[in-house]
Amino acid sequence: MKKSYKIEVDCANCANKMEEAAKKTEGVKDAVVNFMALKMNVEFEEGVDYKAVMQNVLKNCKKVEDDCEIFL
Amino acid sequence: MNKKQKKMLFRIILATVLLIAIRIAYGVFEDRNIPETVWFLLYLVPYLTIGYDILKKAGKGILNRQVFDENFLMAIATVGAFAIALVDKTGDYTEAVAVMLFYQVGELFQSYAVGKSRKNISALMDIRPDYANLETDDGVTKVDPDEVEPGSIILVKPGEKVPIDGTVVEGRTTLNTSALTGESIPREAAVGDEVISGCINITGVIRVKTSREFGESTVSKILELVENSSSRKSRSENFISKFAKYYTPAVCIGAFALAVLPPVIRLIAGSPAEWGKWIYRALTFLVISCPCALVISIPLTFFAGIGGASRAGILIKGSNYLEQLSKTGIVAMDKTGTMTKGVFEVNGIHHGTVEDEKLLMYAAHAECFSTHPIAKSIRDAYLSGRFRKEDSGEKPAILTERVADVEEVGGNGISASVDGKSILIGNARLLNRFGIEAIECHHVGTIVHVAIDGAYAGHILISDMVKPTSAEAIRRIRAAGVRKTVVLTGDAAKVADSVARELGIDEVRSELLPADKVTEVESLLAGKRSGETLVFVGDGINDAPVLSRADIGIAMGALGSDAAIEAADVVLMDDDPVKISKAIRIARKCMRIVYENIVFAIGVKLLCLLLGALGMANMWMAIFADVGVMVLAVLNAIRALFVKRI
Repeated sequence: MKKSYKIEVDCANCANKMEEAAKKTEGVKDAVVNFMALKMNVEFEEGVDYKAVMQNVLKNCKKVEDDCEIFL
Repeated sequence: MNKKQKKMLFRIILATVLLIAIRIAYGVFEDRNIPETVWFLLYLVPYLTIGYDILKKAGKGILNRQVFDENFLMAIATVGAFAIALVDKTGDYTEAVAVMLFYQVGELFQSYAVGKSRKNISALMDIRPDYANLETDDGVTKVDPDEVEPGSIILVKPGEKVPIDGTVVEGRTTLNTSALTGESIPREAAVGDEVISGCINITGVIRVKTSREFGESTVSKILELVENSSSRKSRSENFISKFAKYYTPAVCIGAFALAVLPPVIRLIAGSPAEWGKWIYRALTFLVISCPCALVISIPLTFFAGIGGASRAGILIKGSNYLEQLSKTGIVAMDKTGTMTKGVFEVNGIHHGTVEDEKLLMYAAHAECFSTHPIAKSIRDAYLSGRFRKEDSGEKPAILTERVADVEEVGGNGISASVDGKSILIGNARLLNRFGIEAIECHHVGTIVHVAIDGAYAGHILISDMVKPTSAEAIRRIRAAGVRKTVVLTGDAAKVADSVARELGIDEVRSELLPADKVTEVESLLAGKRSGETLVFVGDGINDAPVLSRADIGIAMGALGSDAAIEAADVVLMDDDPVKISKAIRIARKCMRIVYENIVFAIGVKLLCLLLGALGMANMWMAIFADVGVMVLAVLNAIRALFVKRI
């Protein structure tokens, strides 16, 4: 399953870091952050609760970049 | 500017004023023996004003084990500069504050420039309709386009966007498709015509029966495509992400080595260590270590390039395709519908014994009941008045009462009586049957011979017309640096050769079945030089396998054709072949900017690192290099947006 989220982040490097963090989160198959469109496209593993996964994604992103936001 | 940026601007101004005030005070009171600590504390005020958030983020970064981020580097560098000034008792803490100040100015500029170009680009692509006028039992209501079911009736007034694809059921109007195609040629729409979402209604009110949901409509498809385009990353973007990953740690290690090794070696050699000097140089290193200019400018360039291209009616599905497109060496194309109009038209009247128009008039009348496409093209040619010598002001019309005794002659043509004259119209065999000799035509196409009252009167050449811009398109494709052009067609060799000659296409592969086209493309792919790509251009009908087999598949005339949008990597919204060379040029320009930025940013950084290590660059220069390079790279990136005159 794929979902697209609006995000808020200030710099391109931070966006890259968010992408890395999201990719490493459990339950995420792949994630792509589009800094220019301020969007995060997440592909989830089969059968996971994507809402719970996104909470973890947000937490992991906050860890690498304090100043970011994902609008869930 | 948004709230965050305004706040930052205020902090920058405040810190600058404070810093200048302290500098002046320092100049005035220098001789008065004011203790060092007082100055230190005073300088701390503007420093914290401008840098408190950086320090906070750096602290958090350490807690989250994110050591090599730019906040941490800036914190270390400026705190280090303070420390050196404190140890050396120079009393001059300006440098540390200024470095932090410039860093923040750079960040603010970056955030502003990116926000601005983001807004510009999204404004360019502002084709999303906000509402639809839905007809319900209690009148017309404005609703979200998402809520309109297929098969509903919507009202589109002049000045409004068509929100959803559908068919006109009432009214007639002119539509402006420029937001979709980049060309402002108005399109007529009347009852029964399909209208495509994203067009702007100019003249009249129309009622439209929707054929799709909003999410499936052209406008949504296009927006989705463009918004997701930067997710497909190009090799240069991947290179930069990788580079950034290694660059910062490498520079940090370099800085550490620079701070420790030379003093230690000097100690061993017996000379004074000069710790301060080397640590200062190492801190300069840290300031240069942020890869911001690169990381921001490369995706920004691609985004701007794709945005600019879509404004010109060229949709590019990803940065990777933009990169590939810039390396085009071979352009293979379909003939029918791509280089030619794909419709049959009267292309000439030869050997006429009567005036062209008169011949056409007899032919059109004799064919007036026929449904054959050839007959239709003859009637259209007559009605259009294209073959008139002079304009009599009278509109040509076909009057069936002038025609009598229409008879189909065994699949070879028609015999009829028009205005009392007996007309024969058909192929050479038909005329031979009536003992009339037909004059052969040396042109390529379908030839229709006409005889009037038993005498040969001339023939009409009907062929698929080459698009008016095709020859220019091929010329421009060549001028854009494409080595070879090939036409792949299912059509007869004679027709294909003549079109290729007329347009100046290098190679012809004719009489191909759809599957043969794939084989031909594969053989072309095998023969291409290293580093170049093969582009296939088709009209999206029947050539989906070829579109996906080529390095880049370009579908043209795709307005409203889902299959083409799905299968192709690049979609030309209208069917003008000149757009092919334009797409290549946009890609080349974009890639040139990308390489300029990569070389420029990495070059300046390496130079500054070298000068810093040798002690020829101080921290001021480092921060100027960092912020300056970023500003220039961002400005350069935005150039990719301007594609009008390519």
